Amino acid sequence: MEKLEKGEVHPKIIQALLDANTDISVDDALENEMILNMGPQHPATHGVLRLLLRLDGETIVACVPDLGYLHRGYEKMAENMSYYEYIPHTDRLDYISPMANNVAWVLAVEKLAGIEVPVRAQYIRMMIAELARIASHLVAIGAFAMDVGALTVFLWTLREREKILDIWDILCGARFTNSYTRIGGVANDAQPEALAKVKWFIDQFEENLDECERLLNSNRIFIERLEGIGVMPKDEALDYGFTGPNLRACGYEFDIRRANPYLKYNDIDFKIPVYTEGDCLARYFVRADEARESSKIVRQVLEKMPQGEILANQPKKVLPKKTEIYSRMEELIHDFMIVNFGINPPVGEIYHSIEGSKGELGFYLVSKGEGHPWKCKIRSPSFCNLQALPRIVTGYMVSDIVAIIGSIDPIMGEADK
Amino acid sequence: MDFREILIRKVQEKFPGESLTFSDYKNECVLQIDKKNIVAVCNFLKNDPELLFELCEDITAIDWAKRKNRFTVVYHIYSLKNNFRLRIKTDLDESDCSVDSVTSVWKSANWFERESWDMYGIKFNNHPDLRRIYLPEDFEYHPLRKDFPLMGIPGSLSLPKK
Repeated sequence: MEKLEKGEVHPKIIQALLDANTDISVDDALENEMILNMGPQHPATHGVLRLLLRLDGETIVACVPDLGYLHRGYEKMAENMSYYEYIPHTDRLDYISPMANNVAWVLAVEKLAGIEVPVRAQYIRMMIAELARIASHLVAIGAFAMDVGALTVFLWTLREREKILDIWDILCGARFTNSYTRIGGVANDAQPEALAKVKWFIDQFEENLDECERLLNSNRIFIERLEGIGVMPKDEALDYGFTGPNLRACGYEFDIRRANPYLKYNDIDFKIPVYTEGDCLARYFVRADEARESSKIVRQVLEKMPQGEILANQPKKVLPKKTEIYSRMEELIHDFMIVNFGINPPVGEIYHSIEGSKGELGFYLVSKGEGHPWKCKIRSPSFCNLQALPRIVTGYMVSDIVAIIGSIDPIMGEADK
Repeated sequence: MDFREILIRKVQEKFPGESLTFSDYKNECVLQIDKKNIVAVCNFLKNDPELLFELCEDITAIDWAKRKNRFTVVYHIYSLKNNFRLRIKTDLDESDCSVDSVTSVWKSANWFERESWDMYGIKFNNHPDLRRIYLPEDFEYHPLRKDFPLMGIPGSLSLPKK
């Protein structure tokens, strides 16, 4: 065997290129296992995920994920700030659907402090959580399709998402990092023009989603690149900690909105899409169906939303409205006490989780009766879903890993906390 | 008989004479156990056909700073069949900061335990790959301990060489 100079291409490879021969085999260099570093700066890793791959030819033999490039220590920060101050930080966890994180945080704090929330505020929260789910799934589907080469879908889904961001703009003045919920309710009432825009959005959404789906469901390249790729067997899915759409693509009908209903999900009629294949294609189908179900939930929420208060009447725990602070003594005192010393929930610990767009988003809070939590643990769905990545990429090709990461839909802001 | 009573009866029958304390707070069931039983109890809870706590949602720790048993390791597990969440707690002393790993029971415990090691310095015996998960391997401290300052320790993170 003659030795090749550095940078020189093996003559067999050139010959194979000329012959358009796709199953070339070379009995040296290429047959050895090699290590490939993927990320943290890689467009298909959806942020700053780094993977170390051991390859045999093009087949993945082993995969080791490396996290922590976006670690900001949010759990440490939570221990040093009041429950109110932490709301804006939850925006930065899963930055694709910040509204859902806001809802999850305030629900956990309200459970800890024992605050009853007015019905209208609960309906508004349900509406924004479902819109956040649609927004998140639109990015997931679009980015996923872009990863496997269907660029147009990404533009079309982002066009839909843009409309949701416009709704959030009217609702709370911010498009991206919303911080819209407050402990005991929401920051301000949903204005009629915001609700009208939501109605307009869901009226046209399903048709537009159908349009996007037609681009994908009859696209042979898309289907063939995903069908039977990254299969998670049903009996291992729970063991690896899958939740959310990824778990439902494996055949489990598990949805926290149905299993442990929070807010007013008991009064809403919705289906849980379940697929049994557990591959990338099933995960995509679950997301598309869920977006459709979410728009149905939003429609019911708009119909059922009552008039009324949007903040709980518990002056020691809930911040008063700004106009009242400037005109009334009691409210000024309460505002001063809450801002300076916090809401002091009773000694105890709770865990509360919601069905976030990626899976089960939970907060474990321990209170010692002080204004700030003694301990705050974020149970982030992306972290747990990523854990199964080595299991489902092993045995597939390098080009499949891009599709598999896209189908798991990790958000590194959440996985790295 | 609701599921909570069945659970308590079954666990107490299976582990007689061991210290097992059930308590409730805001409708959440808590089981306090001794750390030497953790793997046996978890195995039983997961594999018993009536209980089936198949999903390990979360493992974390609490640093109580000045208490005698300084750390508490907290497990959240969930049974899909019975729609029930259980919190298991076990206390550790600072002088022997280790507990048996439950990765043999749930594979998802792997990263949760790595995170607890990274953040609190709790050693998990028999863990297959106990490395730090977020911070670099040469970092000396465990930042979620209460004696680690919020601003960090200057110079503790090595910068890339020029």
